[in-house]
Amino acid sequence: MLSLLAAFLLLGTNMLMAQDAATDAAATAPSGDATPSVWLGPGYYVLIFVIICFVVGIVGKILRVYDLTQQIQNKKPINWHNVMGICCIIFLVAGMYGAYWEFAVQGAMILPESASAHGVKIDEMFWTTTVLTVIVFVITQVLLFGFLFRYRYNANRRGHFLPHNNTIEKVWTIAPAIVLTILVIFGFFTWQQITNSLDAKGEQASINVDITGHQFAWELRYPGTDGRLGETSYKLVSGTNKVGVDFKDKFSYDDLQADTMYLPVRKSIRLNIHAQDVIHSVYMPHFRVQLNAVPGLPTFFKFTPTITTAEMRRKVGDPKFEYLVYCNKICGAAHYNMQKVVRVVEESEYQAWLAQQKPYLTDQVKKDLKFAVTKPAATQNRLALNN
Amino acid sequence: MSTLSVQDHGVVHHEDDHGHHHHKETFLSKYIFSQDHKMIAKQFLVTGITMAVIAMILSILFRIQLAYPDKAFPLMETLLGRFAPGGRLNADFYLALVTIHGTIMVFFVLTAGLSGTFSNLLIPLQLGARDMASPFMNMLSYWFFFTASVVMLSSFLVQKGPASGGWTIYPPLSALPKAMPGSGMGMTLWLISMVLFIASSLMGAINYVSTVLNMRTKGMDLWKMPLTIWAFFLTAILGILAFPVLVAGVVLLIFDRSFGTSFYLSEIVLGGSAQPFEGGSPILFQHLFWFLGHPEVYIVIMPAMGISSEVMSVNSRKPIFGYHAMVYSLIGITVLSFIVWGHHMFVTGMNPFLGGVFMITTLIIAVPSAVKTFNWLATLWRGNIRFTSAMLFAIGMVSFFISGGLTGIFLGNAALDINLHDTYFVVAHFHLVMGSAAIFGMLAGVYHWFPKMYGRMMNEKLGYLHFWLTFIGAYLVFFPMHFMGLDGVPRRYYAFTEFESMKRWLSVNTFITWAAIMAACAQVAFLVNFIYSMFWGKKTVQNPWEANTLEWTAPIEHFHGNWHGEIPTVYRWPYDYSKPGAEEDFIPQTVPLSQTMSSNLPHDFEDNPAGLEAHAKWASTQKSNEEVK
Ligand code: HEM
Ligand SMILES: [Cu+2]
Ligand SMILES: [Cu+2]
Repeated sequence: MLSLLAAFLLLGTNMLMAQDAATDAAATAPSGDATPSVWLGPGYYVLIFVIICFVVGIVGKILRVYDLTQQIQNKKPINWHNVMGICCIIFLVAGMYGAYWEFAVQGAMILPESASAHGVKIDEMFWTTTVLTVIVFVITQVLLFGFLFRYRYNANRRGHFLPHNNTIEKVWTIAPAIVLTILVIFGFFTWQQITNSLDAKGEQASINVDITGHQFAWELRYPGTDGRLGETSYKLVSGTNKVGVDFKDKFSYDDLQADTMYLPVRKSIRLNIHAQDVIHSVYMPHFRVQLNAVPGLPTFFKFTPTITTAEMRRKVGDPKFEYLVYCNKICGAAHYNMQKVVRVVEESEYQAWLAQQKPYLTDQVKKDLKFAVTKPAATQNRLALNN
Repeated sequence: MSTLSVQDHGVVHHEDDHGHHHHKETFLSKYIFSQDHKMIAKQFLVTGITMAVIAMILSILFRIQLAYPDKAFPLMETLLGRFAPGGRLNADFYLALVTIHGTIMVFFVLTAGLSGTFSNLLIPLQLGARDMASPFMNMLSYWFFFTASVVMLSSFLVQKGPASGGWTIYPPLSALPKAMPGSGMGMTLWLISMVLFIASSLMGAINYVSTVLNMRTKGMDLWKMPLTIWAFFLTAILGILAFPVLVAGVVLLIFDRSFGTSFYLSEIVLGGSAQPFEGGSPILFQHLFWFLGHPEVYIVIMPAMGISSEVMSVNSRKPIFGYHAMVYSLIGITVLSFIVWGHHMFVTGMNPFLGGVFMITTLIIAVPSAVKTFNWLATLWRGNIRFTSAMLFAIGMVSFFISGGLTGIFLGNAALDINLHDTYFVVAHFHLVMGSAAIFGMLAGVYHWFPKMYGRMMNEKLGYLHFWLTFIGAYLVFFPMHFMGLDGVPRRYYAFTEFESMKRWLSVNTFITWAAIMAACAQVAFLVNFIYSMFWGKKTVQNPWEANTLEWTAPIEHFHGNWHGEIPTVYRWPYDYSKPGAEEDFIPQTVPLSQTMSSNLPHDFEDNPAGLEAHAKWASTQKSNEEVK
């Protein structure tokens, strides 16, 4: 019996060493001759896997043999309940450290502070919820794995017969109910404030910006000097009129197209959200803004940017930082690349930028529509067909 | 023991009384078109595991894409052909993989594979019935499911590839064949498959409900049913009420796709030309989908909860803590899950006031979930915990349910959901609470009832290995995703290469992929264990886990009808473990209270005044005897 054990042990170590050697060989080989873009042959991975399987099998056999020899010598075999209990404690400690590490390292990689007014409230609520849930998370996981270790099987003991205890059950029904009620109340009012956002009387009107999603880009439309956007209709969409502006509406004459979404800081913005083909989603995470763009169902989101791009660049220490709007609802193959730059600037810079934007009513469109109206000189810059 | 006598008794009788159970069964009627609930359960299990392995491989494929977006893998082209030109997945096929992975896992594995297996196996065995109410419908249910699986997988063979609009198949994307290749033939197959699937699931669910209501053995009143049965019962009710709504949604989608209607379509411009659709609403589909979709997630988790409750009680050698509270919280979840669906639609343009209402109902549903968690912890407290593989998986289920449930509190808050919706935070949430927790519940069930299904034991040590690798792997895969979500990284992105700000997550993605590969490899330990034990495992004894429930009184060898002779009568609830005064630390449900005078408690006679009186009398004579001594 012992010789069998010895044989197995020998075989086991051989296998282990062989595996080590294999890993070593493999570790040196690719760095030597392989170019970075070529991946290691699949055979190599299969080999590693097979070797691991062998090792596992052999370790299993060794354990079996060890158990049997113990039994033959009238000693106790391995107590797997103890082993698993200890594994639970190790997992608890390692897991808690891992969670802490994640919070410390990856927690530092999350979005910077909110760049919009309402976002600050969202962030506050987020951190409150995080603190509460992390407390519950730690307590429950510690209890779970702690109990597993503490009450692991012992043949001389019996469980404690405890079918129920109404008092404590009431406590732990009511306690979460209260905590959740508080969270709901705050959440509800914040949500109402964010979404109930028609311009109040006396308040300065928000700046209207139209954003239209289609496969696979966003189109922007700013109101011109009249401060109003003209009507649109999906039936008017064409190669030259990308968002279907209705030029029968005189408010549309000075509507401007833009490549970058410039926004004046500390001004209320009303994003009017449209989609032409499938559902998209306007997602501007730095501003805590998201709303789906649904064909046939125009929606809007009102918010106030509070941090200019320049300031944010300083804050995150990245001179190339840009706010972005991207698509966050699956919309087809290029869903993963549907972005537009958002720049938050001071009012004066915004006005200067706006003055340089081209109108939707290009010469080409005018020709198409046999447009008789003559426009003021300011907008008669070179108006080549906007691809 | 009483169980043995029942069995011996039966052997004598069964030649004449029950001869018809043993009529010559052909291979076809025994293994293929079987009407025996135990065989159907095994069919569901094996099909479910097969589908799970397929869906897992799909996930590894797209994980590789996320980890190495710029690398070419020649093998990929060999395997996938036109879907991976030059050894790189194309973007459309990436979305198809994600879609089919989600669909298979949610519906084919965690709905049919889980409920189909364990409801079929345990409802008759734990309630003391010879079979389901309608064995024939039960058989049909499996074959509809099988056909649905084949149709779903066959969509990989069509020219433009499988459906690829995400498992939620929102129109217009899924309704317009021109919007993406997957919305062509692949989508049609998806819809056909789902209709078959729902038919299967309804036939199953109707069977489960009628069996539970009508076919319980003598003495098995509702409050003596194990929590597994409660969970399966309520799950079936959820399915019956929710799935038809998805059929409605799907049928209207079929109309929009094939017959020119505009239920979901309106004001659409495609390829530069206005389409003739008017007056429909894409939001309507989302309402119909999530009216099923949310109950669906509880259809997935409730059986896992029931299984874990049972397994944890057996292996802690303690009654489940707060049995009534456990049942009421299941009922609460069942009812509430019908009025929270809107939390998936906070930012879809649904009326914000509705969003507020759904936020309130959503956070209410967290209360019964919390109660269940605390009760599980209390069940472990001062137990005598046996670490079987099943027990480990049940514990893993609880751990995942806590971790994933807590993030539900963020998402259920409409204001917070603005920034979290459709990011990796949601992916992390539902993979922990559903993906991991429900799969672990299912695996706990497989390890626990394997002896009942195959008459043999699985290897515990391999089970341990399987557990720890999978448990650690799942946490390594899904925990970091929370932080990606908090950085605003969207889900269903083919690559994170186009955004400067997302590139720093590439190393994390690589790490996640390797953790996923490790966890996937660990499943080989399970498959080997499962297949090996099926044929060559150690033969089981009658009641390997020393459990109280009825299935362990049925003979080990299977035959249609479950018990020889009479079906045993039930006298007590299923959780009399470690009862003080009892000889052993478990008292099966078939043992009458009159045989366990020394361990009876006044509590056992709550609705039985005559019994209580007898108990009081017995107790007082005991006392006087003591005094005499
Ligand atoms: C503790 C209670 C829970 C709450 C409050 C909750 C809340 C939510 C919310 C609000 C969402 C939508 C997030 C979004 O798309 O922005 C969500 C998504 C999801 N939840 Fe939960 N959840 C809970 C438990 C569960 C359970 C138990 C399961 C399944 C077993 C589950 C499965 C899912 C799934 C699959 C999704 C994502 C669906 C998708 O968009 O693809 N959740 N959850
Ligand atoms: Cu999009
Ligand atoms: Cu939900």
